[in-house]
Amino acid sequence: MSIQENKYAIEARNMDIYYGAFRAVKGVSFGIEKNKITALIGPSGCGKSTVLRSFNRMNDLIPGARTDGEVLYHGKNLYDHDVDPVQVRRSIGMVFQKPNPFPKSIYDNIAYGPRINGWKGTKAEMDELVERSLRGAALWDEVKDDLKKSGLAISGGQQQRLCIARALAVEPDIILMDEPCSALDPISTLKIEELMFELRPRYTIIIVTHNMQQAARASDYTAFFLMDKEDRAGELIEYDNTEKIFQNPSDERTEQYISGRFG
Amino acid sequence: MRVDPGTGPERSTGQLPQGTAVQANVASRQRRGKVWQTLMLISTIIGIVVLIMLGFNIVNDAFGGIAVQEVVEVETLTGGPQLDELGQAELIAILEANLRSRVLRNLEKEQPLTERSEEDLRELILAEIVKPEVVDIYPLSEFLFNRAAIKAELAERFPRAELQFKSWLNWNFIVSPMSSDPLQAGIRTAILGTLWLLFLTMLIAFPLGVGAAIYLEEYKGDKPFDERNPVGRAVNQFIQRAAGLIETNIYNLSGVPSIIYGILGLAIFVRALEAITSGSIFAGGDTTANGRTIISAALTMALLILPVVIISSQEAIRAVPGSLRQASYGLGATKWQTVWNVVLPNALPGILTGTILAISRAIGETAPLIVIGASTFIVTDPENIFSKFTVLPIQIYNWTARPQEAFRAIAAAAIIVLLIILVTLNAAAITLRNYLRAKRVS
Repeated sequence: MSIQENKYAIEARNMDIYYGAFRAVKGVSFGIEKNKITALIGPSGCGKSTVLRSFNRMNDLIPGARTDGEVLYHGKNLYDHDVDPVQVRRSIGMVFQKPNPFPKSIYDNIAYGPRINGWKGTKAEMDELVERSLRGAALWDEVKDDLKKSGLAISGGQQQRLCIARALAVEPDIILMDEPCSALDPISTLKIEELMFELRPRYTIIIVTHNMQQAARASDYTAFFLMDKEDRAGELIEYDNTEKIFQNPSDERTEQYISGRFG
Repeated sequence: MRVDPGTGPERSTGQLPQGTAVQANVASRQRRGKVWQTLMLISTIIGIVVLIMLGFNIVNDAFGGIAVQEVVEVETLTGGPQLDELGQAELIAILEANLRSRVLRNLEKEQPLTERSEEDLRELILAEIVKPEVVDIYPLSEFLFNRAAIKAELAERFPRAELQFKSWLNWNFIVSPMSSDPLQAGIRTAILGTLWLLFLTMLIAFPLGVGAAIYLEEYKGDKPFDERNPVGRAVNQFIQRAAGLIETNIYNLSGVPSIIYGILGLAIFVRALEAITSGSIFAGGDTTANGRTIISAALTMALLILPVVIISSQEAIRAVPGSLRQASYGLGATKWQTVWNVVLPNALPGILTGTILAISRAIGETAPLIVIGASTFIVTDPENIFSKFTVLPIQIYNWTARPQEAFRAIAAAAIIVLLIILVTLNAAAITLRNYLRAKRVS
């Protein structure tokens, strides 16, 4: 395997995730390499979104959700008792399936994250941070004259890039993307994919996608998940170079899914 | 028009109408719809008619005619001209000629007649000599459409009486304090009492209600104390049970008759907490009220509307999309930061609308206030939260219970004032909601 252990940005070790008594994900172990794009694919209900959300403890918000095993980030288990999920989410940002800008101005959408995280800079520094974040999300040129406009008044694709810019503003290491393009048209989708390549040198990106072409063209590594038919728990079937997964998978089930025979 | 359904033999199973039966079937279904539509139109019309009747009834009483009779007519006094055509010397002459010397001496003692203004003198003549007196009153409909009969009757009973139009709702009525004479009585004390009560109730019920709603919606599942400690676990369990109990019973509480809240208020705020609610433990408080004060009433009213405020706030908070909360958490916000910066601003229009509607219901409440001992006759303005008070509905209730017709007329005028306050409040609620919504989206 060409994934290099010492370059892991985050690593799951023997992770089980429960919703109440139901085990949604079982025995997932894999490491995500730094400054790469990793795609999680698989049919509906296979637990890929659940795994993604466990990386920044967003599952904690669901009543009854529980995670066993370890998620290592900088050598620390994120599920240790002394870890506050609030702290985790600052370093591991998230972009959601549906664009969800706040009903505030574009400027305030970006400024929200820094402000709640104890921003101490001046107004001029904030202006600069807003510009840097919007440039980072390739949105600056489109909205620089309308920063006072509501975040809801721009197109869906622009809204999603605004959400990415908002995530960038708190300077995370890792950006989790949960099907970020499923509500977007093909052109907006392409822009987000280009943006992901631009972000790659500075951030580690993990993306859940239903779209296999997207995984094939926009990711470095791919993890394939599938639901165990007996206990309905999702498990990791195969994890490798994207090229290998799509051209020469080792597992038969991966091959079947990739070639569209089920899913 | 007939549309051929285009049946094919393989599709026709005989259970669905075919051919001409389709047309008949559609027509019959449409007819049934029309019947329901007509029924609903009728109920709407009944509602409108009742509303018009209510409005007519109030306006009919609040405006109308009065028959005024003067003890001595102005023309007889002056020998022709009206009072405002006369100068100071002539007015004084009239006073001196018609008043007894003792009355004159008293007036001189207050302020010498020659130093008084003409306006003052004219008022003196009207009050002391002319003495206009309302001998009969007529509702608006009679005054407008039955004037000949009224005049004939008047000519017989009070030959010198004059028939005039009278609006019982006038500025004087609004700014005068209460009086036992319906012609002098006003609703100033009642309006002030209502406004005080409104403001205080809002001040108490809003933070309590919104706070409870936030807890029930956002924090109910939380375990605030350490689960590993047995005491902490017991406290957590108790808090969760209590929250669950409140949540399931809040709809029942909103349905409890208001008089029950009145009895509760009497027992707790007026009696048990008398030392506080009468203000006697704070220096300078008006202690004559025995706890039957504005603050007791406001606390009772706040209890009364609290369930409604909580329910509407909960609904408003629930309506804030979960995606916004997630966005905030995803950026590293704490729960409280999310509630304060994202949930509350987005729920505010709904919360405010619900609260104002609850308040506008409360200002029409009479029963609980009577139970806790609001004054029915009071001439002094409420000055602070420890003052005795009355409110518009109690004033109206009190006046309608009196035998004299004039009291019914001013009760109708007071109802109009109450309705105006209600409509203003509701309009404010709608404007505020629209404003906040527009601000959110633009």
